[in-house]
Amino acid sequence: MNLNALHVGLFIPCYVDQFYPKVGVATLELLEKFGCRVSYPLGQTCCGQPMANAGYERDTEGTARHFISLFKDFDYIVAPSGSCVLHVKEHFPKLRDLEQEQREIHDKIFELTEFLTDILQVKDIKGKFPHKVGYHASCHGQRGLRLASSSEMNGTPFNKAKGLLENLDGLEWMTLNRTDECCGFGGTFSVTEEALSLRMGKDRLDDHEQHQVEILTGGDMSCIMHLQGIASREGRKVKFMHLAEILNQAIQ
Amino acid sequence: MSHPQAATEFLKDQAKAKWHDETLWFVRDKRDRISKTLPEWEDLRNLASQIKENVLSKLDSYLEEFEKNAVRNGMRVHWAKDAEEHNEIVLSILQKQKCTAIVKSKSILTEECHLNPYLEKNGIEVVDTDLGERIVQFLNQPPSHIVLPAIHLKKGEISDLFHEKLHTEKGNEDPAYLTHAARLHLREKFLKAKVAITGVNFAVAETGEFVVCTNEGNADMGVHLADVHIACMGIEKIIPRRKDLGVFLRLLARSATGQPVTNYNSHFRSPATGKEIHVILVDNGRTAQLAREKFKNSLKCIRCGACMNTCPIYRRSGGFSYGSTVPGPIGSILSPGLDMKKYSTLPFASTLCGSCSDVCPVKINIHEQLYEWRQEITKTHGELGKGLSMKLANGIFKSPLAYKISGNLMRTALKTLPKSLIYHPINSWGKGRNLPETPQESFKEWYQKNRT
Repeated sequence: MNLNALHVGLFIPCYVDQFYPKVGVATLELLEKFGCRVSYPLGQTCCGQPMANAGYERDTEGTARHFISLFKDFDYIVAPSGSCVLHVKEHFPKLRDLEQEQREIHDKIFELTEFLTDILQVKDIKGKFPHKVGYHASCHGQRGLRLASSSEMNGTPFNKAKGLLENLDGLEWMTLNRTDECCGFGGTFSVTEEALSLRMGKDRLDDHEQHQVEILTGGDMSCIMHLQGIASREGRKVKFMHLAEILNQAIQ
Repeated sequence: MSHPQAATEFLKDQAKAKWHDETLWFVRDKRDRISKTLPEWEDLRNLASQIKENVLSKLDSYLEEFEKNAVRNGMRVHWAKDAEEHNEIVLSILQKQKCTAIVKSKSILTEECHLNPYLEKNGIEVVDTDLGERIVQFLNQPPSHIVLPAIHLKKGEISDLFHEKLHTEKGNEDPAYLTHAARLHLREKFLKAKVAITGVNFAVAETGEFVVCTNEGNADMGVHLADVHIACMGIEKIIPRRKDLGVFLRLLARSATGQPVTNYNSHFRSPATGKEIHVILVDNGRTAQLAREKFKNSLKCIRCGACMNTCPIYRRSGGFSYGSTVPGPIGSILSPGLDMKKYSTLPFASTLCGSCSDVCPVKINIHEQLYEWRQEITKTHGELGKGLSMKLANGIFKSPLAYKISGNLMRTALKTLPKSLIYHPINSWGKGRNLPETPQESFKEWYQKNRT
């Protein structure tokens, strides 16, 4: 595949733009290391997921139209977030005058991990990351985009993130008791059901700690923001990195 | 009480909440392991889902076929449009039999219809014979789970309860000892009851028979000792052919408790000589749900409870936090169809993690329906504030300039505002979590400096 002929539109979710610019930089640099021609459309805002999940999908027409106009001409759209990608794919309000564009966007938008494994066909990354790593499977990536086999289902086990990380020199992939349980972030759930959200987050952190995880990684900073928020409040030792940051650092 | 309030209450006893989570996780884990011993598991789920699809597409004709065949077999069939009619039919049968004490087994439908209080008001003693159901009945509580009705109680609590009600030894928590005491107590009730009520797991249109699945055999004991058997079923419990049972029975027990099959799968087709079998077909909101295109799939449910066992919310908030007869994820998509206002917080008691849909043996898209109920509920019961802030957010996000200004303001504010304000009690994010450190620049600013 002539990657230079293909133009990738980088979609950086709003909270990553505002709170985790390093994750955006790592995603961009990583894609460039794999030879992609990447552009970041400057006008981008938010995909509308927080509104839609709160029950106001009908009010997100404006954000959806804006997103489509910015990204429709790229060959691929890539984002370091399974959750926002799933939203664009499944929960954009149906726009009658943009049916064709919506269909195309549905087929050409990818979460970073799956873009690397499925489109770029990245295998056997050479690099070094000598740490015990625990993977937080974000639900929307896990069961929405099927980035890994679901523990509930009976099929051949797979995990796209593991495929990318496990061959890094020194990296130890720590298997958890509950491999794909929700962390309790859930967007507005994290504030409307605060008590449950916290309990779920603590339980996830306990699982990682019991398995001596040094660095907790994942494909969604929203879950990590929640887990990190608890860990930092409670003075827990575990550190947090987005999958893009690990890969980008390892490949230096 | 709204779901968040009830969940907060439940979580106050952290140790018990943890035990509850782990107990139900144990059941889910057992289900995971046994389902993986069947290579055809996912095919079975697909088949079951398709059979139910077919049932829902011609429910009326299957019900009539069932009625015709059941009547030919000598059973009596009644139709109830709602809970009230259902209860009246049951009472009229009991009155005709001059029956004042009945035994009942495994019927969430009768819970849904609030049959027990209705009968008690009319002078009839009702004894639930399933051990878990009897326990919650002693406590005057509804079941907290549709398959494991007393799962919210620990052994010690049951020991205390039995000491009080059945005069067992104080402090004896031995399950075998307690179960034995319950058996003796129930035996006397079984022997006295002239009428027994059961639920129905599956009713077969082709043959006019129905199947009741239990582990304790109490349904059979009750029915065989009584002169009259009343079977109460929701109209969605119909399946077309007897051979379809081969699909559903394999899925049901494995999904529910991780067993290969329920201990007793009893088929009822014709009353014995001198006895009667009555089947009551109950609508109670089901046809209304069938008419809702986005939600009709919820009627595929075979009441296995697997979505409860897998749900990270249910496990940590308990069945009572839902305030509905059927709790958990499936309850949260069924209940708003019965009373949208009363159950308006239930579809929000979820992170939309999707585990319920992946575990469901009949492949109901539960988490997608939770999302869809949110869209419906906010149209009529949305809190104004939420609506306004969301509209505002949409205003910001569709305009790049407004987004930049508000983003910059927010980051500046987070950097400069005192911690006491950011972590104010009304900001529930900050109660147990810190906010991320605010970076010097946004990604966009970095990009403009470094790439353009």
